[in-house]
Amino acid sequence: MSQTETLTHAETRLQIIDCDIHPAMRSARDLYPFLAQRWREHLDTYGLRLPAPFTASSPYPKAAPALSRADAWPPNGAPPGADLDFMRAQLLDAYDIGFGILHLLSPSGMDQRNQAFGAALCRAINEWQVATWTGPEPRLKGSIALPGEDAAAAVAELEHWAGHPDFVQVSMVTHTIEPLGRRRYWPIYEAAAAAGLPVGLHTSGYNGHAVTAAGWPSFYVEEHHEVAISQQAVAASLILEGVFAHLPDLRAVIVEAGFAWVPSLGWRLDQHWARMRDEVPHVARPPSEYMRQNLWYTTQPMDEPERPRDLRDVMDWIGWDRILFATDYPHWDFDEPRDAFKIRLSDGERRRVFADNARALYRLP
Amino acid sequence: MTRHVIARAGEIAPGERRLVELDGRRIGVFNLAGEYFALLDRCPHQGGPMCRGHQVGFVTAARPGEYVRSREGELVKCPWHGWMFDIRTGQSWCGPERLSVRRFEVSVEPGAALVEGPFVAETYPVSVEDDYVVVQA
Amino acid sequence: MSETIARAAPRHPAGRIPLPGAGAIDCDIHPAVSGMAALLPYLSTHWREQVTLRGIDGLDSASYPLRVSAHGRPDWRPENAKPGSGPATLIAHAVDAFGTAIAICNPLYGVQALPNADMSAALCRAVNEWLAHEYLDRDPRLRGSALVPLRDPDLAAAEIERVAADRRFVQVLVPAMGEAPLGRRLHWPILRAAERHGMPLGIHAGSMFKHATSSNGWPSYHLEDTVLQSHAFQAQLLSLVSEGAFAEFPRLRVVLLEAGFTWLPQFLWRATRTWRAMRAEVPWVDRSPADIIREHVRVTIQPTDAPPTADAMSRVLAQLGSDRMLLFSTDYPHWHFDGLDALPAGIPDAMLPRLLSENALETYPRLQGQGLCAWTPVKAEP
Repeated sequence: MSQTETLTHAETRLQIIDCDIHPAMRSARDLYPFLAQRWREHLDTYGLRLPAPFTASSPYPKAAPALSRADAWPPNGAPPGADLDFMRAQLLDAYDIGFGILHLLSPSGMDQRNQAFGAALCRAINEWQVATWTGPEPRLKGSIALPGEDAAAAVAELEHWAGHPDFVQVSMVTHTIEPLGRRRYWPIYEAAAAAGLPVGLHTSGYNGHAVTAAGWPSFYVEEHHEVAISQQAVAASLILEGVFAHLPDLRAVIVEAGFAWVPSLGWRLDQHWARMRDEVPHVARPPSEYMRQNLWYTTQPMDEPERPRDLRDVMDWIGWDRILFATDYPHWDFDEPRDAFKIRLSDGERRRVFADNARALYRLP
Repeated sequence: MTRHVIARAGEIAPGERRLVELDGRRIGVFNLAGEYFALLDRCPHQGGPMCRGHQVGFVTAARPGEYVRSREGELVKCPWHGWMFDIRTGQSWCGPERLSVRRFEVSVEPGAALVEGPFVAETYPVSVEDDYVVVQA
Repeated sequence: MSETIARAAPRHPAGRIPLPGAGAIDCDIHPAVSGMAALLPYLSTHWREQVTLRGIDGLDSASYPLRVSAHGRPDWRPENAKPGSGPATLIAHAVDAFGTAIAICNPLYGVQALPNADMSAALCRAVNEWLAHEYLDRDPRLRGSALVPLRDPDLAAAEIERVAADRRFVQVLVPAMGEAPLGRRLHWPILRAAERHGMPLGIHAGSMFKHATSSNGWPSYHLEDTVLQSHAFQAQLLSLVSEGAFAEFPRLRVVLLEAGFTWLPQFLWRATRTWRAMRAEVPWVDRSPADIIREHVRVTIQPTDAPPTADAMSRVLAQLGSDRMLLFSTDYPHWHFDGLDALPAGIPDAMLPRLLSENALETYPRLQGQGLCAWTPVKAEP
């Protein structure tokens, strides 16, 4: 018996908030209308330059073209995620999605080695989101792409868009020059907190560091798991560097890392902090408390315990109010809203995870 | 079970497939070298459109660095999470046995280094009668 | 998968291991090299000259700053010496006090991080000789792990061949954060030699500092470096599985030392989900990563990274789905508990014989055949 057949009437009426949708461009040239001539020429010649080996491929070749489900290619030939009408049909309408939060992964401005170009890209990306997605489709909400390696430029970009109704958060890449909790990024967090904007952190970006602290793995099957693990390091950094101690009202979302890691990271942080808290006097409380105060976690890729019921223990330990449903549409490891959970959720749990937590976090109607 | 004529013999060429809707169910009908097989177009994992995935071969290795291929085109790879299903049997080739959880018999195919998975896609009998391809569903 | 882990089993009283003669095997204690002077007797003339002439010293691993209390419990810290110094002190603190039958010594001296492979090999050999003569010779309860020069796998394999003749060496020791993931084929001479001699590959927390301690760059704090070690262990497991190290070396065992273990269940779930999508990329991975890891990998219990309740710990152990993976350790002289309270609450009594000795005897074949009895509980006083 499938999950679909066991939905109650109350559940079927629920309008989902999808906290991770990936729009796409046909090419970076979709940004031309939003770029000054100087940067159009630059994009055309020197192009996107990252600390990564290929001009037009990720360093670890992915599981599928455009990282996407084979059935997500629109019939008009656009890449997956690039056609609004197709996204409406295949995702928003199909699953009765009330709001979808956009995370554009490529092109990205923040990790461009030419930082002035990267800042221009971020502005263009944000204008593109409004023109192409959030303007025409009120169910879609954008994330303000920030050129976070230049804190002053990032704060300027944030302040340019703060208050715009189409944007619900700021976003930064997570593979950064320094771990995201470090001081160089604090002006951005201060500005985000002042503007009441959460920080959406989707695993992404290239910084020239090895994929793991143990070096470079060989296979995509390793790398795909590793980029989720690296999100745990992002959470640890924000906590231990003291970002949340400094800004108790700052809200941050760890996107596309799953969530079953949250309890054990909290236990590990607490145990070692108890012994070494003299090194970090600014972390006044056990780290796991910041995980419950300042951090939210999207569900995708859904964790799949061998005994499905163990997922309930995990979610009890995290707190049901911290978990945000996400599909990751149109990527190949997309989580289907009706079938992704292999445990039965109560009506209240379903409402929280699929809608109310995100509604409260993003201040959606 | 109803018998449905879904095509004339020869309309689905070897190596090809057709997606049909029978009594509200989407079913993929595959022609593997002249034999027909039908699978429910719904992946047991999260309900993905399994039958619209790539048809792939079976890859094993006796040693790391080897890629030994067989049964080209006889597995379909769900376009969502990439689980692979044997078109002939619906058997998944992606997970280890879980005898305490699943009711299916699990066996190790002689000569193969893989254990058959516990997840099985729903299959339907297909026959060719008087030049027509008939699915019982 | 085993359903033998009982839930809600009675808690172990005060975490104490019954003494004496209890027969527990401690799989992770740390004798300290006091300095290069201690190694000079174990160097060839050439290397003795080189280290002296060039003033080469101070090779303690930066992963363990010596005066941080976490790395040396105050009551285990000798006056004016590094924690773990001196065989008599170590034996009294780590072996006599706990009543353990066997303790495996894992030196953490940082010589594996030296970029000159020949120098690294010479110093690894010197540490191994120092351990044998100054510790293993001193007490029949001590066993050792051999340091090997990771920079040159052939030299490392040669050192394994050399120490294997001494059956008191039961394991090969490498740090968790090296230069290249351990599963990669370039490391296979090490894995091959370890497998041949029935010595598990012991991966211990610590970095060679060839890479930042996270993929997101260098954290500010030692606390953060320490916490992030668990991610390096996860990377090593993914590498060993994905590269087919266990397919190529089916008798190889791997022990994660000082890695934590409560992160393991969710890690196994995710590794399996990812593998299901990418079978054709690594076709030699012929069963789920979870099953491979349960079969080939063992983990010491310090640090426990324990949840706040015994009930949660027993649930985590049930999620782990194996009573064969965990190995008792004190991690002497690192500070994870007070007194002798080495066992976290929530470990079912039924699991103790395996945890305290049987799993170690299975994992370390070179411990067998020495008349060791499995741990049995001491009868409670009436």
